[in-house]
Amino acid sequence: MQRAAGPSVTRAGRLQSEVIAFLVMAVVLIVAPMFAYPVFLMKALCFALFACAFNLLIGYVGLLSFGHALFFGWASYVCAHAAKVWGFPPELAIASGTVAAAGLGTIVGALAIRRQGIYFAMITLALAQMMYFFAIQAPFTHGEDGIQAVPRGKLFGFIDLADQTNMYVTVLIIFLGGFLLIYGIINSPFGEVLKAIRENEARAISLGYKTERFKLVAFVLSATFAGLAGATKALVFQLASLTDVDWPMSGEVILMTLVGGLGTLFGPVVGAFFIVTLENFLTTMGQWVFVVQGVIFVVCVLLFRRGIVGELAQRLRIKL
Amino acid sequence: MKGLIGLTALAVIFGCGSAQAQYSDGTIKIGVMNDMSGTYSDLSGQGSVVAARMAVEDFGAAAKGMKVEIVSADHQNKPDVGSNVVRTWIDVDKVDVIVDVPTSSVALAVNEIVRDKNKVFLVSGAAASDLTGAKCTPNTIHWTYDTWALANGTGKAIVKTGGDTWFFLTADYAFGHALERDTSAVVEKNGGKVVGRVRHPFPGTDFSSFLLQAQSSKAKIIGLANAGSDTINSIKQASEFGITRSGQSLAALLAFITDVNALGLPTAQGLIMTEAWYWDLNDANREFAKKFAPQFKGVHPTMVHAGVYSAVTHYLKAVEALKSDADGKAVVAKMKEMPTDDKLFGKGTVRADGRKIHPMYLFEVKTPAESKGPWDYYKVRATIPADEAFRPMAEGGCPLVKS
Amino acid sequence: MFEWLGISSQALFGQLLIGLINGSFYALLSLGLAVIFGMLNIINFAHGAQYMLGAFTAFFLLQYAGIGYWWAIIIAPVVVGITGIIIERLFLQWLYKLDHLYGLLLTFGLALIFEGTFRNFFGSSGLPYSVPSALQGGQNLGFMFLPNYRAWVVVFSLAVCLTTWFVIERTKLGSYLRAATENPTLVRAFGINVPRMITLTYGFGVALAALAGVMAAPIYNVSPQMGANLIIVVFAVVVIGGMGSIMGAFVTGFGLGVIEGLTKVFFPEASNTVIFIIMAIVLLIRPAGLFGRGA
Repeated sequence: MQRAAGPSVTRAGRLQSEVIAFLVMAVVLIVAPMFAYPVFLMKALCFALFACAFNLLIGYVGLLSFGHALFFGWASYVCAHAAKVWGFPPELAIASGTVAAAGLGTIVGALAIRRQGIYFAMITLALAQMMYFFAIQAPFTHGEDGIQAVPRGKLFGFIDLADQTNMYVTVLIIFLGGFLLIYGIINSPFGEVLKAIRENEARAISLGYKTERFKLVAFVLSATFAGLAGATKALVFQLASLTDVDWPMSGEVILMTLVGGLGTLFGPVVGAFFIVTLENFLTTMGQWVFVVQGVIFVVCVLLFRRGIVGELAQRLRIKL
Repeated sequence: MKGLIGLTALAVIFGCGSAQAQYSDGTIKIGVMNDMSGTYSDLSGQGSVVAARMAVEDFGAAAKGMKVEIVSADHQNKPDVGSNVVRTWIDVDKVDVIVDVPTSSVALAVNEIVRDKNKVFLVSGAAASDLTGAKCTPNTIHWTYDTWALANGTGKAIVKTGGDTWFFLTADYAFGHALERDTSAVVEKNGGKVVGRVRHPFPGTDFSSFLLQAQSSKAKIIGLANAGSDTINSIKQASEFGITRSGQSLAALLAFITDVNALGLPTAQGLIMTEAWYWDLNDANREFAKKFAPQFKGVHPTMVHAGVYSAVTHYLKAVEALKSDADGKAVVAKMKEMPTDDKLFGKGTVRADGRKIHPMYLFEVKTPAESKGPWDYYKVRATIPADEAFRPMAEGGCPLVKS
Repeated sequence: MFEWLGISSQALFGQLLIGLINGSFYALLSLGLAVIFGMLNIINFAHGAQYMLGAFTAFFLLQYAGIGYWWAIIIAPVVVGITGIIIERLFLQWLYKLDHLYGLLLTFGLALIFEGTFRNFFGSSGLPYSVPSALQGGQNLGFMFLPNYRAWVVVFSLAVCLTTWFVIERTKLGSYLRAATENPTLVRAFGINVPRMITLTYGFGVALAALAGVMAAPIYNVSPQMGANLIIVVFAVVVIGGMGSIMGAFVTGFGLGVIEGLTKVFFPEASNTVIFIIMAIVLLIRPAGLFGRGA
């Protein structure tokens, strides 16, 4: 897929722009709760992480997954269940959710990797839909009601997450940590192989790489981070519901990444904040939200393929 | 440098978008939240806002020097959207009372939040009888109807009029199971028999297989333990397969007059259901409907709309008496203390567990020949007096009720 | 009659017949998808929305113009097909040179627009559309009561599917289409207007979806979501059948309809998911799909 193809930048140059951008982002996020409603910010952060996870797959491996809500939502359910029914402390609850997502990612990935391109997308969609129906019926998810009144608990036994500031700091740390990890993966030798596979899989195979395995690992990693985002979200809202596993949620994360910029580092973050803010404004407009999303999809695909960050990077001739 | 400024600017814009902190305590802010564009948008939707507005006008708030403001939002039938809206409403917009909220999953989520933040929650649209049972709170009043009242009305009244063998077509999710369970209990308690049941996936589109099974069971009554478009589809397809023509009757366990409107009388005729209010029952209702319909694209008021009107009226009375809207628990306590009296539901009471009490009605849908005009759909088959219509307080398991 | 696994033969044949009826819709829709994918290499996510548009067009024709079912069967597909042509000219043609996934995203966006708009104006309760009087009532076959209309659906779908297959596989026009799919440049060199063929093919695929919509209107609820729920199942059908052949698309459609019908009898709670489970199994054993030609 097309991503921000900036002019060739030196490694030092790239590092500089990315580091500056990261610091700016971190500072902005630290002071943001003084200007904006913290719950809104936490929601945006969870989705930003979700979008970054999705972007790992589409931007750097070239695989479009249409069922990422599966990992996001089921991690959310497992975390909520762990916190509420099993009484896990928040760090273990989030960990359980993330592990569940990794497990699901392995199974789904093993099935879906067998096909390419469009088939891959359709398979992920179909499998996600199957798990959606399963979520409706499974007793522990409480179907339509979802898992409600999930306790936030005390992080590490003493930090009370019911306090909004504590929760915000925790979510911010999880987001920044996840972001840095994804950055690390992208720029590691493993990441380079992934990019090679995206450019020309046949050549990568001829060089001796077992591309199927690389793709699967990338898929599982993407699923894991998506799960981390979902599990965190369950604690922020103290609720895990069917919305998180439904196909519109998969569509939303695609939209966020597309708007922000596929294959850019900061694109998903910007895209997530953009879409979450947009939806905030549109809550009074009911179903027009879908129409607006659809219009954005169409406009982005036709005219704005690089996304916000992609265009910005192109104009400024830096790498973001 | 440009990148830095650009990114900062973006961040500030995103942040400021939702930091509208208007703290208005000289105003009574009413938040009407429901499904504005989905399955339930006709039975609640914008109509509930209209009903709330009419209640505020009829109460004469302006003349009494009370500043009342109504805001509304669409929860899209999703608990996460609903909780988000309510949280923002209470934290940022200083809303004092949340009204309506159909879809039990959303109502249950809102129930918790409103209790934690000590505001008031007046449920008109949702059905979950848990709201006055295990999940009851001192901040919530369940107004119009609930699953127990529906099961009791439809189940008991039908059995008593001869429909004593039942087959259930149940939506395979928590709400469907609950409806089936409550109604089976009532049917069997009154001497009827449940001869079988089948669970269809939720949401479903094609019910032909399940309806065939219902038909071959030869039960006199086919109970539809589902809601919304599932109910409409089941009824439509049942008519297509000639099920009602061959002597079996359909009982919709959760249906509204707007569903009948969507089906059309030729398909819906003979359908039996329980509702709390009907616009054509008396003159006061008819007058209300006449004023209401033009404000809501010609749709006549449903029991949910009437419930919103009644609840808002009573709330305003309580706030007027207390001269304050700040303490949710106190307002609700006052609402339970004062008997209710409004032009739509007449005289009634609110019980200690938060249940509003009024009679329920068993309706049968008229044939096209019997109907004299648009929205003239129902004839009354039975009236269930107020003291029998709702679950006895002791059976609910509400912690607020001292036994 | 006999009993089998606790279900009487009556119920069994009844469910099989119903399975065929559902299968007709799966077949018609997967046929349209296969035709579009074959020519344009685009997965038309908007297919479900176009199915819905067909049903709504039939409803509007009846409600506002008094035009009944029999004309709607012809008019609605043409009208919706024309909107399809407009979409192709306005949007899709710019995407052929890009990665195929952009086409999927664009049509996904279009689906959101159509469904969102209709949902805003029509809510979700659905609208009434009655069975045409010529087809009302039914036959008592002894083992079940078969509504005439449902029998008509099966027969007509089979006819449409077979005709489409015949046109594509056995006529000159069809051979041009198939050639253009494999080597558009060469076919253009022969003087055949390939872009126009592509446009018309998309329009035809969309018209098929709309036709299915018109046929669904009397029996399923005419509501804005009717397509969204169906399209994902049809995707699974297409993955199982493989996109390689037209015959494959509609054989799989009918076959899966029957299997789903049987599941509703023996294990109703799973009837929503059985097609996806089969898809997972097929992927493990035969990744190219049952009739597919390569990944």
